[in-house]
This record gives sequence, C-alpha cells and structure tokens, in this order.
Amino acid sequence: MARFTKTKSKKLPTVSTSSLPDIIFILLFFFMVATTMRETELFVNITVPEATEVQKLEKKSLVSFIYIGPPTKPSIYGTEPRIQLNDSYAKLIDISEFVIREREARNEADRPFITTSLKVDSDTKMGIITDLKQELRKANALKISYSTRKIADKK
Amino acid sequence: MKRIVPEVNASSMADIAFLLLIFFLVTTTMDVDTGILRRLPPPIDPNVPLPPPIKERNVFTVLVNAQNQLLVEGKSGNIYTLREKTKEFLKNPNNDPNLSDKATKDIDLLGEIFVSKGVISLQNDRGTSYETYIKIQNELAAAVRELRNELSIEKFGKKFLDLNEEKAKAVRKAIPVSISEAEPKNVGGNN
Repeated sequence: MARFTKTKSKKLPTVSTSSLPDIIFILLFFFMVATTMRETELFVNITVPEATEVQKLEKKSLVSFIYIGPPTKPSIYGTEPRIQLNDSYAKLIDISEFVIREREARNEADRPFITTSLKVDSDTKMGIITDLKQELRKANALKISYSTRKIADKK
Repeated sequence: MKRIVPEVNASSMADIAFLLLIFFLVTTTMDVDTGILRRLPPPIDPNVPLPPPIKERNVFTVLVNAQNQLLVEGKSGNIYTLREKTKEFLKNPNNDPNLSDKATKDIDLLGEIFVSKGVISLQNDRGTSYETYIKIQNELAAAVRELRNELSIEKFGKKFLDLNEEKAKAVRKAIPVSISEAEPKNVGGNN
C-alpha cells in the first residue's frame, strides 16, 4: 500500500524565477522588431489634418518625407511655414535635388514606386504646397500622399 | 579530487534584459503612416499638343477661394453636400444633359457597363487653407469610394475592399478617379 511521505518542512515553496529572463527576452525581441526609430528630428510643428478616406503607406522604405509647418523656434526662424527636408530647412529649389538623391538611394527596381509623403500642418496656406507640387511634378515625383490621421466616418 | 567548475551567476541577466526592454519600449513608435494617395499630372511637355478640351457637361468644377468658400458648378456650395453632388454628377442616374456623359465599355467580369466620362476639376487659391483642401479631397475620395462600393455590392455582393484583386481592378476601371488639378492661380491676393 502506497503511503504518502509527509513533508516535514512547513515552508512555502518559492516560485522559480529562472525562466524570467526568457520571458523578458521574448518581450525584448518583440519590441526590437516592432521598433522604427525616428530618424529625423523635426524643426517644424506639424499637426496633420484628419480624413476618413486614408490609405496605409505600404512600404516604409519606399517613402520619402517632406515636412511643412511653422518653425519650432519662432523667435529665430519666424512664424511663416517652412519646408524641412531631412535634417534642415530647405527652399523650393532644393526639392528636385532631394528627389534625385532619394531616388538614387533606392535600387533600380523600386524607383517607380517611391511615394512622397507630405506631412503638412493643417493651418498652412495652399500657396507653398502648390509651389511644392509644381516642383515635384518637374522632378517627376508624381506619387504623393497627403499625410492625414484617420478618423471614423460620421455618416 | 574532482574540480568543481564554478557556475556563472545568471541572476543579473533579467536586469540586463529589462534595461534593454525599457530602452526599446521608450524608443518605439508604432504608428502607421496613413494618408490620401494622389498622382500628380506629369509635367507639361511643350512639344506635345494639348489634348482636346473636355466638354463642359463632363467637368465638375470645384473652386475654393482664400476664405475657404466653395463654388461647386458655378453655385456656392458647402463641404457637407459635396459628396452627394459628386456622386450624382458621376452617376447621372436620370441622364440629365447637364451632368456627366456616359460611354458603354466592355470590362472583364462586369460585362457591358456605363462608364462616366466625368472629370472633377479642383481649383484652389494660394490662400486656401490646407485643412479645407484636405477636407475636399477627402469628400471627393469618399464619393468615389461609395460609388465603387455600390457597384461592388450590386455585381459581386461584397464591399469593394473585400473583393479580390481581379474584381477590384474591374471596378476601378468602371469607376476611375479622375480629379484634375488645374495649374495654380493667384486670385486671392495675399499668400
């Protein structure tokens, strides 16, 4: 007949923590994969407008960004909306060079699919955007995306 | 005597992993970039002759001035009725001679179908605010999306987004997005 041996000690068994590092590592890998680091520091304030008919930008690597908005330091740069390319303010004539550089950074097969995403502050006037669009047309960067936040349709 | 190999103390491993984890947690931005996709018209080539002008009835003009007011087809309009008006213009259910003309086209999977010849012409001033411009673009896109949805449900019994690639292509062909943005004008005065 089987008999259970009575344990003498009344101590509570401690929870084994040896698998804790593994759990943390799994979380770590998840965040490492999901991370996209912000590569450019913004010098302009941007609140993008809202829209319902938005589409996702499919391939992040095929998107080049142009930022337009009032400068973050109005005491130095004024309050007029400025264009930011990469890490500095730019003028309209710099656009075509920017487009060419962006194009050369991608391999040949991907070049027709480059999308230019315009991140524009909603209080900006259309004048600067119209000029920018004309420059983009001249540079043959025809695929553009007006960056907007998605809101639910009220209807 | 047997030598005992000392074990590496792994209890600090969790702390190291935690530090890394917190670093990545803080630097993570997981927002997906979204936006309204548009194609700009190619630059005008002076050697190529201009295309023939489009008939007046096939153009749906939307003008926006520097005060963000709308002029839709010659009458003052507003943003809330724009979607319905655009849909009516493109669909033209009663064959109104003032609304867009239709042409019969033979499209795979859909068969013979009326395709609107209508073109939406959007013209804005330099003083128009970007927010208004996006709102209009959004309404026009919504009108096209709703028309496509209606056609998809009628023909395939599914929403446009749930269609497979071939069917979606057919529907896109039947209801094309034709928004033309005129060369910029400066009538509002101030920039």
